[in-house]
Amino acid sequence: MEEKYLRVEKHEGQTVLFGIGDWNLYNQRRIESELERIRPVTPLIWDMSGIEEFDSAGVLLFINYFEKFKKLTNVEVRGYTPQQERLYRLLAEHQNDEISLERKSEGSLASVGKGVIDAYREFVSFLEFVGYNTAGFFRYFVNIRNFRYKEMFYHIEKSGMDAIWIIALTSFLVGLVISYQSAVQLTKFGADIFIVDMASISITRELGPLITAIVVAGRSGSAYTAQIGAMKITEEISAMRTMGFDPYYFLILPRIFALMISLPLLVFFADVIGIFGSMFAAKMELGISYTQFINRLQDVLNTKHFWIGIIKAPFFAVLIASIGCYRGLIVSNDTESIGQQTTASVVNSIFFVIACDALFSVLLTQWHI
Amino acid sequence: MMERRVIEARDIVTSFGETVIHDKISLHIDAGEIYGILGESGAGKSLLLKEMIMLLRPTSGTMKVLGHDVVNIGFKEAQQLRQRWGVLFQFGALFSSLTVAENIALQLKEYTDMDKNTVDRLVATKISMVGLPQRAGGLYPSELSGGMIKRAALARALAMDPKLLFLDEPTSGLDPIGARNFDRLIMELRELLGITVVMITHDLESIHDIIDRFSVLADRHVVAEGSLDDVLRSDHPFIERFFKNEYVNKKFPRGQKCEGE
Ligand SMILES: Nc1ncnc2c1ncn2[C@@H]1O[C@H](COP(=O)(O)OP(=O)(O)O)[C@@H](O)[C@H]1O
Ligand SMILES: [Mg+2]
Repeated sequence: MEEKYLRVEKHEGQTVLFGIGDWNLYNQRRIESELERIRPVTPLIWDMSGIEEFDSAGVLLFINYFEKFKKLTNVEVRGYTPQQERLYRLLAEHQNDEISLERKSEGSLASVGKGVIDAYREFVSFLEFVGYNTAGFFRYFVNIRNFRYKEMFYHIEKSGMDAIWIIALTSFLVGLVISYQSAVQLTKFGADIFIVDMASISITRELGPLITAIVVAGRSGSAYTAQIGAMKITEEISAMRTMGFDPYYFLILPRIFALMISLPLLVFFADVIGIFGSMFAAKMELGISYTQFINRLQDVLNTKHFWIGIIKAPFFAVLIASIGCYRGLIVSNDTESIGQQTTASVVNSIFFVIACDALFSVLLTQWHI
Repeated sequence: MMERRVIEARDIVTSFGETVIHDKISLHIDAGEIYGILGESGAGKSLLLKEMIMLLRPTSGTMKVLGHDVVNIGFKEAQQLRQRWGVLFQFGALFSSLTVAENIALQLKEYTDMDKNTVDRLVATKISMVGLPQRAGGLYPSELSGGMIKRAALARALAMDPKLLFLDEPTSGLDPIGARNFDRLIMELRELLGITVVMITHDLESIHDIIDRFSVLADRHVVAEGSLDDVLRSDHPFIERFFKNEYVNKKFPRGQKCEGE
């Protein structure tokens, strides 16, 4: 094999080793494999004068093999520049064979235990958060003048108004799709007109609120987590606390109220657009005219279905906003944790929204509503 | 081989819409110098530095770094150039999801084919070189103090053995003793490694102790350039205010002598 970084000359009774080329980080591996092949038996002279670039990686390599060769024979080093010598001294001083860069990792049993304790702590801190919020809620009624209206209206605009288009699109499509699918089944029985009953009740009572809540959880719940989490990292939250501004009051309650106000309105909007979507599908697929559809709608859609859908909305809003804010507050001091908490925030709030909806279903059926 | 002119800026103009930050700034930095950039807060020091390290394109003008025209540079050339300098950001900018050792090792792992053991040895050497204890290698940035963050960030900037080092306010936020130690460290690195250092600073003692030449930015221009003595000869209001006050005169009597000239 061709030697690119070393040249060996054997004289009587001694070996001369010439370093040549760039002894830098990029070539470290190849230089090392060349050095590995050298087994000095006679006294060694190591000549550095041919080395062009000599950086820390090269010098560390030199230190390594100098130690090794010294154990085998006499080594004399020559041909280095004063600057290379200084670098050598610096590195020799700071290099260290007992490197401990890794964090101590724990056994699997320990990490299971840690996981359980963490989950428990998270649960306790969530309860604490809920308690604090409830207390803040009542303080709001006592001291209504201090409420942060401006923040609340800002969040109504960002989480409510700005969500209108995406909610219009999704609820229109969902209305369209369920009518379209059921039309195929209903025509088999000649029960075409019942499409109105099916679509309107399912949209107002279940689908409208659920779709709106899921879109808002993905849009605003995640945004709350990311905003509050970023504020946590830049220590804005600590700064607020030291100035006596309670973050619950300044950041969280306005967001919760904003969603409680805007979500029912969005649900109403989603109901209207969803029914419009199914009207459209009914006309295209079954030839039911808009007038027919609306007349039938007046007869069959009991307002209680509509109200049930609307009443669920504030509950969903509280879940989404408080999970979003809570997840933001527990962001730890690194940027990766924002990502983890944002994911957790969306996953948790969608799960709890669906669980809450199921609870409503069970209770309302029990009460025969 | 090293070029003598490490950085050459000519007629640099930087503006955001109507606001002009730099109006035809020219300066040059030679190999082996510790060069300072001084100026009031908001004078555009950080922006000038960003233009040198290709984070920002000047509105017009030419900027040459290590012989490359960084205003009109191709992707590959830029990538190679980026391995030849180290940057210490004002607040460290360590990657918060990596430990200190991983932060330092990042470029070594990405750009070279050295094995893990060698990388670890180099990292350990750099950690020790900047005066951090070995155990700091396993810590995350959120577990470090302000001074340790600066040192860790310096170690990261030195990872690839750069010949050119950019420092944005390296001593701001450090205690006076820490700041002097940091100055000494930079001096030592320049002596030992022969690197060129470009630093933004407000620190009078750094200017007095370690900086060879510097330029003063004010009113969108370089109002003075050169060694401390050269700059003191100027009578620009900012220089009067910054250098020729009682505090400075008491601290560095040499300034007084110059003023008397
Ligand atoms: N993206 C930007 N848009 C508009 N103005 C900016 C932008 N970035 C910086 N500036 C302005 O440029 C000026 C110089 O900024 P900078 O270089 O950070 O100052 P310093 O000298 O304190 O480091 C400041 O007045 C700042 O407001
Ligand atoms: Mg700055």
